[in-house]
Amino acid sequence: MTFAIFLGASFLVLGGALGVLRLRNPVHAAMSLVVSLVGIAVFFLMQNAVLLAAVQIIVYASAIVVLFLFVIMLLGVDKVDPSNAEPGTRLPLAVGVSACILGGIFAATSKVWTTGTESLAGPIAKDGESNVSRVAEVIFTDYVWAFELTGILLTIAVVGAVVLARKEGASLITEGEASDVG
Amino acid sequence: MLAEISVTANYYLSVAAALFTLGASTVLLRRNVIIMFMGVELMLNAVNLTLVSFANELDDRAGQAAVFFVLVVAAAEVSVGLAIIVSIFRTRRGATADDLVSLHG
Repeated sequence: MTFAIFLGASFLVLGGALGVLRLRNPVHAAMSLVVSLVGIAVFFLMQNAVLLAAVQIIVYASAIVVLFLFVIMLLGVDKVDPSNAEPGTRLPLAVGVSACILGGIFAATSKVWTTGTESLAGPIAKDGESNVSRVAEVIFTDYVWAFELTGILLTIAVVGAVVLARKEGASLITEGEASDVG
Repeated sequence: MLAEISVTANYYLSVAAALFTLGASTVLLRRNVIIMFMGVELMLNAVNLTLVSFANELDDRAGQAAVFFVLVVAAAEVSVGLAIIVSIFRTRRGATADDLVSLHG
């Protein structure tokens, strides 16, 4: 039964990734990306990562893909496809590099090598505690420094995105313009 | 017959390897900048899957905390990257990766 679910989820993941690779329309590619991300969330659930599966769906499969779709619609790339160019001479090089990457990772993961070091943050499951509280405990105690840094990073990203996407010479809207809305 | 196969960590790692390869191929082969960005997201997800697989195999919460932070950083990176793409496309409509050859403008 587990293997059947594994097979189904891996079809979702790899099929979605193939769709991103092959589909011409960017909106179709974004939808294919959603399928792949949902498959990843299923994998997380199968491996006792309950909080991560939920966060994956909320952040990746919803927020990030919606962001992609916003930009695609904003730029009008779904109507005009400029990249009708064939890969051409780049194709054998890409295939070679991909084969090397795949071969290397397969060779490295054909056995699971453990180095014998101690566990960094303790076992995943404990009696009576949910996965959410287990992961939250380690994020807010052992790794709280990294957590605060990611908060600063997100703030910087928001400010940076606003500054980058703002039109040159755009001024604040005046009273008159503000009353025109709605 | 299929029901007796137990899914070990190697299975998940193989899928993560294939997913990483597909993401890398997307970045290498596609010329549309937004789809190249989607390939980067696929690669990040492959790494997340690897981290979770090892966290499950070695029974360590730190892998799952690491994935949490990777998710946050990926979200920040997507927002800034797409803002850059918007500002690039503002001056030249229909640009592909081949057209973006100079650092200014």
